Amino acid sequence: MRLLRRIGSRLATTALVLVGAVALVFALTLVIPGNPAQALLGPRATPEAVQAFSHAMGLDRPVAERFALFLWNVLRGDLGNDVVSGRPIVTMVAEVLPYTVSLTLSAIGLAILFGVPLGCYAATHPGSLIDRVAAAVSIGFIAIPNFVVAILLLMIFSVWLDWFPVLGVSRSGTLGDQLARLALPALSLALGWIGYIARLLRASLLDVLGEAHIRTLRAYGVAERVIVYKYALKPAAIPTVAVLGLGVGRLLGGAIFAEIVFARPGIGTLVYDAIASRNYPVVQACVLVVVGLFTLTNLLVDLSYAWLDPRIAKAEER
Amino acid sequence: MRAVFGRVWRQPVGRLGLLLVVAVLLLGVIGPPLAPYDPNKLNILARFGAPSTAHWLGTDHLGRDLFSRTADGGRVALLVALSTIAIALAVGTLLGIAAAYASPWGERAILVVFDIVSAFPTLVFALAVVALLGPGLDKVILIVAITLIPHFGRVARAQTLSLRNSPFLEAERVLGAQPWRITAHHLVPNILGPLVVLASMDIPVVITIEAGLSFLGVGVPPPRASWGTLLHDGYTTLSQSPWPVIVAAGMLTLATLGFTLFGEALRDAIDPKLRVEP
Repeated sequence: MRLLRRIGSRLATTALVLVGAVALVFALTLVIPGNPAQALLGPRATPEAVQAFSHAMGLDRPVAERFALFLWNVLRGDLGNDVVSGRPIVTMVAEVLPYTVSLTLSAIGLAILFGVPLGCYAATHPGSLIDRVAAAVSIGFIAIPNFVVAILLLMIFSVWLDWFPVLGVSRSGTLGDQLARLALPALSLALGWIGYIARLLRASLLDVLGEAHIRTLRAYGVAERVIVYKYALKPAAIPTVAVLGLGVGRLLGGAIFAEIVFARPGIGTLVYDAIASRNYPVVQACVLVVVGLFTLTNLLVDLSYAWLDPRIAKAEER
Repeated sequence: MRAVFGRVWRQPVGRLGLLLVVAVLLLGVIGPPLAPYDPNKLNILARFGAPSTAHWLGTDHLGRDLFSRTADGGRVALLVALSTIAIALAVGTLLGIAAAYASPWGERAILVVFDIVSAFPTLVFALAVVALLGPGLDKVILIVAITLIPHFGRVARAQTLSLRNSPFLEAERVLGAQPWRITAHHLVPNILGPLVVLASMDIPVVITIEAGLSFLGVGVPPPRASWGTLLHDGYTTLSQSPWPVIVAAGMLTLATLGFTLFGEALRDAIDPKLRVEP
């Protein structure tokens, strides 16, 4: 019952946050210097054209009414039309979203693939050379901005060594070609997370490995490898899962840069081009989509805590 | 204060961080007056120069001296980072204390606002605002400060809640001290430690955001140098010369790494309990 109430209150907060985010994005359009219709149509638009455009966009109506309409449209999944091409923005976002999602997911995949074994090794060999090198390198990769990493990877592997195709995605190419073009952008996003996951996992594994049931397993003569991967890894993974979930926002932010640096289509390049062409409705829509994805992932992660670790659910029952 | 720096210095990681931080501060403060060239002076004949005695770090695609521009960019980065953190620290602390003392509804309202602001990934929020309002240093500072306020607000609230009913504040109240006096003279100094640690750990974050926005062309307006614009200029001319990218990426790496290591060492020195692995 407590759990249901918790889920309910968490859902209510999420709804409030989303409405607040929509309000904030809407409020930003109110403070654009000058008339937005004039800004969109450019300095050479006639007053009549500006007026007609304002009317068509509903800009001449009261603010409260405009906000209600805006909110209603967002709820219906209508993010307006692109002012340049006149296409629905939802379609434009839907076209590029798979590229951003696949980039983000591959980055998470890479981070897990390398971070988990590294963390396990570091936890079972604390103080070893690999442990210390991994700690130092991971702080470095966490600290360095990922667009710097992206550009350095581009410079080293594509320009100097010529190992990877430089830019873009291959829409019709073979799977191998597509993966080759995905490799560097995904790696540029994943590098920071490999170290982060390794450090997190090392810390929580060390805690778990010190617990009584692990000592019992050791006394029974169970192989260390089996203990780590079969018995200790699962409970130790919870903080890592939580942090990964919360990190989706940062990853999405990073994906924007990776897309621009490597000239990949995606939400990032869509926003970037929209900013360059002052295509405000597209900027607004992309911000809303990113905030929406971010909030929903946070909600899922938050709700999954109790499910992942029964002890958390029990604690909340009390 | 000296004891804290001593403890930072005794850790190898802290020592490296402190040295890098001092180097970046020196570059930003005395670099621009020392720089041999005007950071915005063009010299097309000397474009894409490698490091030499005339141009210590080489020149960019317009023949501008990269050392002078890097120093100028360092000044911008420090200016943005320090003023942003100062605003966020001040406003966040006040709101956090207010939330701790407010009625349940007031507290909940402040926390929901924090939640809404935190729901925006900082970079996306900054991108949206700057894209709509136009670029400018002041806007970058204000926006990033707003997104960091919840950070400081939540910590300040938690700290205040844990101290609110402690005997020394009780004693002040019994002695008849005014609430603002208790807050300013007794509460704030006691909750400041964790907030200062948080502030130092947010410096590299702000430097990254400023550089990122400038990289996207919506941060520091040209021709003013920023590490982000240097990196972007270098990126677009990467096939002609690697030096602008190497210099800008190197500076950003050293600065963010230095402040991160320093922040971690400072945290361990001030209050090891704050340590949340990693």
